[in-house]
Amino acid sequence: MSGAQLSSPTTATTRRRGLYSERAFYALALLSIILPLAMLAIMLLGVLKNGGARLSWDFITSYPSRKADHAGILPGLVGSLYLMGLTALIALPLGVGAAIYLEEYGKQSRMSRLIEVNIANLAGVPSIVYGLLGLGLFVRILHFGRSLLAGASTLALLVLPMVVLVSREALRTVPRGLREAAFALGATQWQTIRQVVLPIAYPGILTGAILALSRAIGETAPLVVIGALTYITFVPDGVDAPFTALPIQIFNWVSRPQKAFIVDAAAGIVVLVLTMLILNGVAIYLRNRLQKRAS
Amino acid sequence: MRASETIAMTTGSPDSTRTATELRGVPPRGERLIEMALAGAGLLTVFTTVGILMVLAVESFEFLKQVGITALIFDTQWTPLFADKHFGLWPLLAGTALTSLIAIAVALPLGLLSAIFMSELASERARKILKPALEMLAGVPTIVYGYFALVVVTPLLQRVIPDLGGFNALSAGLVMGIMIMPLIASLTEDALYSVPRSLREAAYALGASKVPTILRVVVPAAMGGISASVILAVSRAVGETMIVAIAAGQEPHLTLDPRVPIETMTAYIVQVSLGDTPAGTLEYRTIFVVGTALFLLTFGMNVLSYRLSRRFRGAT
Repeated sequence: MSGAQLSSPTTATTRRRGLYSERAFYALALLSIILPLAMLAIMLLGVLKNGGARLSWDFITSYPSRKADHAGILPGLVGSLYLMGLTALIALPLGVGAAIYLEEYGKQSRMSRLIEVNIANLAGVPSIVYGLLGLGLFVRILHFGRSLLAGASTLALLVLPMVVLVSREALRTVPRGLREAAFALGATQWQTIRQVVLPIAYPGILTGAILALSRAIGETAPLVVIGALTYITFVPDGVDAPFTALPIQIFNWVSRPQKAFIVDAAAGIVVLVLTMLILNGVAIYLRNRLQKRAS
Repeated sequence: MRASETIAMTTGSPDSTRTATELRGVPPRGERLIEMALAGAGLLTVFTTVGILMVLAVESFEFLKQVGITALIFDTQWTPLFADKHFGLWPLLAGTALTSLIAIAVALPLGLLSAIFMSELASERARKILKPALEMLAGVPTIVYGYFALVVVTPLLQRVIPDLGGFNALSAGLVMGIMIMPLIASLTEDALYSVPRSLREAAYALGASKVPTILRVVVPAAMGGISASVILAVSRAVGETMIVAIAAGQEPHLTLDPRVPIETMTAYIVQVSLGDTPAGTLEYRTIFVVGTALFLLTFGMNVLSYRLSRRFRGAT
């Protein structure tokens, strides 16, 4: 990292001048990576400073209110947790199933090529367009209404490409020889997958899936489009109930002109980021534990 | 059924005692059913695409029947929510282009330089810390960036630029640039990494030092991958919603002035969604028209980016 590594074979005269500009370039490149990271730190610390004092047990267990200092995040938090569970129930079987098909069955078939190209394309569709799909398909045509189910279905389609991607990567780490050993013992393809391949790929799939879900919990735009409510004073009691979610509640608060609501928004962001951090922590913990058990 | 499968899968013990003959005895019909179910899960992703296209096409078609395509293209005002309705897409396109351009102006130099740093200059240990840190930057929910742009960046910029609006394209674009910078950094790093070592060695052998080698040999050789990453980043910026919805305003102006409130395509969809617009009305349909434009734009860029990165991979 020092001058010795930077300087390459040059003549003595040019080395001196070259070294200066090389150092300057090194500093510039380092700066351009430090700068965004510093901004991230400022952003998160700023949120904590602004909203930290507002954070209390009351804030977490209260309903939204017209008075900023009485407002709480309970329906948003519960809504987000329900959404995540429901999204997992829909997206995981579909995503893992599609990944198994692509990796284990239809390696060269035309259909798997079609599915592959399609998933690559879906991964690039803006999340708000998924919201329009959810509004047109789930809310209107399938008559789910502006419910938890409509929200979860929309988010499930949104995270599906990522779930397929991480599951395929996990399946690919299983050595070919293990499959062949199972076949040699007379196991059918599905028996091999279920009893040999999946148990080994399981930690990777689980970790990736949790990461995908923690991404979903921060999504705001598609939920706004399908019409998640911004002001509700109850906790959803079923999949067909109207709902709100953490980011929706934060968006509502941040859009208000009063300064006190901005503080609420900051406190809401702390809750949201903490929830995501916990999820990521769980994912890392599970991966380490399961990997230890597997080896 | 799935639950019981999972249990059998994780415990696994009852099956391991079976003999090979027993295992082979499973009827192939069950196997085929399973394969079909799995293929069905894969096909569902195709139906998602079909669903998006259908929903967008149906509502847009209804809109065009009522308003016609000439209004979209030749009108220069976008006021579907007012009594005097105009449906010219240009103000929304200009707003989107403006915020995206500012974002890329920030993300391109930062992303490119940090990719060079990680791939060519950093020690292995520094790389192991910096790469996940950058990924963290990309994992922060966009609503947090929106809050930051509105509450922190705009007041800060107003000290320097006194006539900066409370909502403006500038701070939304700047913050968005930081958000998409890791995308450029990560894809560019991959591109730089795949440049053959022999090219660098040849440059060194000719007496070039490290930085000229990077700038004149490695970066040009990776140009295909770098352009692919930039186009993908532009596509991401065009589709980004919450930052611009919070910090850039809701006033569709046909302007490239970064100091005044504007409205992007995505922010317009959010604005209408927040209101109480009944299905079937013209206002309701406008969000699908805007969504169609958004989808076509991002799709075009994604395909272009994919082509570029493939051609580049084929070349080296």
